[in-house]
This record gives sequence, C-alpha cells and structure tokens, in this order.
Amino acid sequence: MAASQNYIVGLFNDEDVLMEAVHKVRKSGVKIEEVYSPFPVHGLDEALGYKRSRLPVAAFLFGLLGTTLALTMQIYMLAIDWPMIIGGKDFAAIPDFIPVTFELTVLISAFGMVGCFFVVSNLKPYGKPRIFDLRSTDDMHVMALNLASNPTPADQLRQILKDSGAVEVNDKSFE
Amino acid sequence: MEIHITKEEQFIFTAKLKKILGILLVVGLVIAGLGIWQSMAGSDHGAEGHGTEGAHIEMEASDGRSNEIAHDGTGDPTVHDEAAHGGEHPVWLRRLYANLWINNVYFTGFAVIGLFFVAIQYVAQAGWSAGILRVPLAMAAWLPIAGVLMLVVFLLGGHDLFHWTHEYLFDPASPDYDEVIAGKEGYLNTFFYIGRMVAYFVIWTGAFFIIRKQSLQEDLHGGTSYWYALRKYSAIFIVLFAVTSSTSAWDWVMSVDPHWFSTMFGWYVFASWWVSGLALITFLVVMLKDYGYLKIVNANHLHDLGKFVFAFSIFWTYIWFSQFLLIYYANIPEESIYYIERLSNDKYAPVFFLNLIVNFVFPFFVLMTRDAKRLPIFLKIVCAIIIFGHWLDFYLMITPGVMKDEGGIGLLEIGMLMVYGCAFLFVTFVTLSKSALVQKNHPMLEESIHHHI
Repeated sequence: MAASQNYIVGLFNDEDVLMEAVHKVRKSGVKIEEVYSPFPVHGLDEALGYKRSRLPVAAFLFGLLGTTLALTMQIYMLAIDWPMIIGGKDFAAIPDFIPVTFELTVLISAFGMVGCFFVVSNLKPYGKPRIFDLRSTDDMHVMALNLASNPTPADQLRQILKDSGAVEVNDKSFE
Repeated sequence: MEIHITKEEQFIFTAKLKKILGILLVVGLVIAGLGIWQSMAGSDHGAEGHGTEGAHIEMEASDGRSNEIAHDGTGDPTVHDEAAHGGEHPVWLRRLYANLWINNVYFTGFAVIGLFFVAIQYVAQAGWSAGILRVPLAMAAWLPIAGVLMLVVFLLGGHDLFHWTHEYLFDPASPDYDEVIAGKEGYLNTFFYIGRMVAYFVIWTGAFFIIRKQSLQEDLHGGTSYWYALRKYSAIFIVLFAVTSSTSAWDWVMSVDPHWFSTMFGWYVFASWWVSGLALITFLVVMLKDYGYLKIVNANHLHDLGKFVFAFSIFWTYIWFSQFLLIYYANIPEESIYYIERLSNDKYAPVFFLNLIVNFVFPFFVLMTRDAKRLPIFLKIVCAIIIFGHWLDFYLMITPGVMKDEGGIGLLEIGMLMVYGCAFLFVTFVTLSKSALVQKNHPMLEESIHHHI
C-alpha cells in the first residue's frame, strides 16, 4: 500500500479574499498544490504561476491526424480499393474530399482535446479524481497545500491559511 | 488595479507623414504611367499574334454559353460580338479602366467595412473595442470620394468594363442580340444600375455622417444618450448593409461576367471586404500604437483583433470553397466557365493559387498560436500580406472578365494600387486628426481599458 498523502485544505468564501490569499501564501514561500473554485476566477491561473496549457498543441496534432486519416481513407477507398468514376471526375478528386476531411479534422481534434483533458484531470476510466471538499462545486473556493512538498510544519501552514482569510481549515488524506 | 491611462489623445498628421504619402502617391502615378506606356508598346508589338490567340481562347472559353444560346440559330453569338466589339478601345485603356475599377471596389470595401465594424460593435454592445473605434470610423471617410470615383469611372469606361452595357445586346433585330443578357434587362440596365450605385453611396455615406456626428457630440457632452442613439443608427445601417453588400457585389463585380452567376457571390465579396477591412483596422491600430498613440490598447486588444483576422481568413476560404466546390462538382458549362477562364490561362492560374496561399494557408498557420496574435510584429506582417492578398482576390474577380487573356500584373497594377492606397490613407489620417483619437466619453471606455482575456 502506498503511503497516504496528507493535505491541508483552506476554504474561502470570497474570490477577492482568495486572490489576496494566493498572493500571500505564495509570498511566504508555501507551495500551493491546487485551487478549486465553483466558477472561473479571473486572473487566478496567473496568480498561481501556472504554465500555459499545452492543450492547443494536442488540438493541432489531433487535427493533423484527422486530416491525414480522412484523406488516406477517401483516397484508398475511392482511388485504390474500388475505383469509381463519379461525375466524370478523377478517381482521387481532392476537392470532393475536402468537406469530409474538414469534418474529420474538427471531430478528431475535438475528441482528442476532450480525451487529453480527461486524462490530465484524472477523469479517465478507473481514475480517481481527488475531491478535497465537495463545497468547491457549490459556494467555496478550496486551496490545497501538500504536506509532502512543504517543509513548513503543519501547524504553521494552518496558521498561514487562517491569517490569509480562510473561513475553515481542514486536514485531508488520500490513500 | 491601478491603471492610469490618458483618455485624451489627439492624432497629429505630421508634415513628414504627409510628405511620405505624397511622394509615394507621385511615385505610384509615375509607375502607373510607365505601366501604361509599357502596355501601349507591348500591344503594338505583338498585335497580330495576340489577336488570333485571344480569339482562340475566347472560342474555347465561350463554349458553354454558346451551347446554351445556340438554339436560336445564330451559332456562336458571344464569340462574334466579343470579336467585333470587344476591342474598340486599345488594350492599355481597358486595362487602366479595369485597374481603376478593381481599386474602386476594393477601397470602397475598406471604407464601408470601417463603418460596418463600428456598427457591429455598437449593436453587439461591445466594450473591449471602445478605445479603438475612431480608427475604423476614420476609414469610412473615403466613402463620398469612392462614390464619385465609382460613378465617374463607370460613365467613362462602362462599355469596356461591362459587356451588358451595350444596347445592341437587348435589341432582337440586332445580329448580336443576346437572349441571356436580354433576359436580365430588368436588373441590368444602365439607368437602374446608376440609380442603385447612387443609392448605395447615399445610404452608406449618410450612415457615416450620422454615426460620426453622434460620436463627436458624445465627446463634447458625454452621457449615455449618444450610445443609445448610436446603437439605433448602427442597427438600421446593418440591416441596410446586409442587402446592399450583396447587391453591390452583384452590380460591381459579378456583372462583369454577365452570363455567369453564383448565388454565393454577394457573400464572397463581403467576406473578402470584411477580412481585408479587419486586417487594415488591425494594421492601423498596431502602427498607431508603435508611434506612441492609443495607449489604451494592450496585448489583449491586439489578441482580439488578431482572432478576428484569423477567423475571417478562414471564413473567406469557407465561402471561396463553397462557391468553387458546387461549380466544380456540378460541372455545368455556364457555371464552370468562370473557373475555366481563370485556370486555363497562364496569366491567371498562378494568381489563382497564390490567392489561396496568401489568404488562407499563410494566415492560418502563422496566426494560429496565441503569441502570434499578441505580438505586433506578427500582426503587422500577416495583415500587410492579407491586405495585398485580397487585392489579388479582386483582381481575379474583375480582370479576367474585362480583359480576357490580355490582362496581367505589371507596373500599371502596382502603380494604381499605390495611388489609391496613399489617397485612402491620406483621407483616413486627415479624418483621424480632426477629432480626438479616443472616444473619451464612450460609456464602456473603462471596460476597454481593463480589457483582459
């Protein structure tokens, strides 16, 4: 059995207080594992110092895959496997293939992006997303501090959270 | 957040800038003059060879239409009448008219799109763009001049530009009677045509004066009443523009090929106008910012403008392809003639493919990333190329129809584009310098200053 991971969880009921708290906590040298909010908080990802998402790169690559698949499929079917004359055009009449190519590019790109997002957010099959506090889907912003990545003693972390305006500070462990 | 940005800005059209534009305009005139001289010399030189070749291609190209109207027993009327009446003016003059017409239509597009952009922002109740609205509004000041130019060029060169203006096509007794064109007489007759042209410009220029007046009054008095008035006038203008953008495209561009028609054409011309207009707005905003103006504009505004240019480059391609695919797939001679004329001619085929590369492939890949839309240098390059690319688009719509195989891109084309470009920018800058650069009393200006995406 893997060692359990221990977290200290601070709850905030106001996004302005949360933003202030993020700045304060990070300034005091504490690493924030993640912040969950019920609605998008403007500028939060910058305050947390997140790197830009690489999802657009995934979208582009999946799009490219879709284009390739679509063109290969149509050219193979209509020009190699079962050549047919349609409307007096060439067997591989590329302009005819563009609508299907376009649609498959969009489809594969969209599916790929959603798939990547699910995997990255641990929403994949058999994945167990970590829920620090259910109220993060209702009326609370949840800030999680990982004890393993912070050398500061737990009591001091709790105090920092309280000082920066958390309405509630809890402990949470995952197996 | 503490942001101190001055809302009082005044654009100064410096003597230096005036001089540069003036010099470029004169250089353009000289180049155009050289082009005319070259065209005169060229057509004298190989007149014989050209004539036969021209007739041959014309014969091929007109196949579709001739079959269509051959049943009245006159054989190939189109071919004969083109041969008999097409060359009544020398090549250089027809080429000059074609160039004047391309630039008339193209720069009218910038002007009316400037106004349309402003109207869209008011109707959509957009806040982000409040700080830059004076730039597109200034572009629309070209409209009255464009109207006069359009009318004058049509009266001078109408017969060379538009085959349907010839009276004999409508006369059943004439040997050159053209049943197809005669069938369109209700719409394509000179009187109605000029009436429509005047109506478009009266509507557009009127909307421009009303919107500009309200906008300037707002600077003086403030309050939200001007915003509501502007939204109302903008909504009326958009409805009128929805109709006139299509009909003007039929009149000014599609009727160059009077036998041919495409139901996508109004949208096609609009898409071309819209994306080149957005590119020019973006280009001017980036340049103004480079010269220390428009302190309100930050990377987020540029990002939004970049998205506009990116999205509508794809939109233009979508419309372009929608028109092309249907005609290619159905392969009906009277429709496919349009593409045969452009693709089977060595002069136009390279431009045809270049058009797609510079207006779709290039902006698509370059503007795809977030950084490219936020960095001025990328926007400057892409917008400049799109502006030139859509000139090529209008060149391809008009020249093959007017000049048949006698067209080309040479000094005349470059010179005329320079002349029109400088004149257009001159008018824009004069208008821009006459009022405050930022609408300081726009009710959403604060939102624009804090715009963040």
